[in-house]
Amino acid sequence: MGGLGIALRKLVGLFVDDGSLALAIVAWLGLIALAAALWPTARGWLGLLLALGLLAILAENVLRAAEAKR
Amino acid sequence: MLSWAHAGPSVLASFLASLVEFIEALTVVLAVGTVRGWRPALAGTGLALAVLAALVLALGPALARIPLPIVQAVVGTLLLLLGLRWLRKAILRAAGRIPLHDELAIFAGESAQLQSGVRRLVAGWDQVAVATAFKIVMLEGIEVVFIVIAIGAAGGLLLPAGLGAGAALLLVVALGLALHRPVARIPENLLKFAVGVLLAAFGTFWVGEGIGLAWPGGDWSILGLIVGFLAAALLLTRLAARPAAA
Repeated sequence: MGGLGIALRKLVGLFVDDGSLALAIVAWLGLIALAAALWPTARGWLGLLLALGLLAILAENVLRAAEAKR
Repeated sequence: MLSWAHAGPSVLASFLASLVEFIEALTVVLAVGTVRGWRPALAGTGLALAVLAALVLALGPALARIPLPIVQAVVGTLLLLLGLRWLRKAILRAAGRIPLHDELAIFAGESAQLQSGVRRLVAGWDQVAVATAFKIVMLEGIEVVFIVIAIGAAGGLLLPAGLGAGAALLLVVALGLALHRPVARIPENLLKFAVGVLLAAFGTFWVGEGIGLAWPGGDWSILGLIVGFLAAALLLTRLAARPAAA
């Protein structure tokens, strides 16, 4: 049971290290999926928006973490 | 017909990500072998590899039954979570904000722990040594299995992704046999940086495919995403390394 618990924790830790980063990614993906469902004609540029949003999320998180470690 | 626009990066991403995980496992297996003997170290490793093979055989056919857009969206999301987590950490390490991963220190720590541990024999086997080797190969192996499935399943590229991981395993086994000590010279952070970029690009692409977005240039947009994430990561490394303003 201990081994299984460690394996599960390790598996979750594989995806989630900083909870705020994971939450922001999932929220952004949800918003883009909703937008794609509501405006099918906009699917051409929603890909670009998806990528730009993810880059912005990464940038905010990295710079905040770097500031906290200074 | 395979498209090399994503078959090539799939093999590379799977190879590099698996290499990182296998090196971490090798460090502990070497510590077990050096301190407690090679018989239990290899037995624990072999047992874990057998369990992992059974896991792959069970999961592979099950994945084929799930509709492709769902696999792409779920796997893409998991790849993004994994890739951006690795990339974030690699950027902070490259910028000197958090310490680098030190395989030699881990090897020394594991060796000290194993030396002081009790030698309990069960049917002639050193139970602690077998369990230690089994646990590390199992834990790192599960990550490799997930990475291979995540990189390969969404685009029907399980074979190239599996080949990439297999090549990494062969390389690490060869290194272990040749060196008999931890692989400390491989620039692990550089590998994690590259893998983070590749996984983030793949993840973004697969999520987009899964929710029905139209990528300009089709599969070739993966290369555009790789360039975009790489440029952003390099820029962020410079920004994160800057000293605090007075």
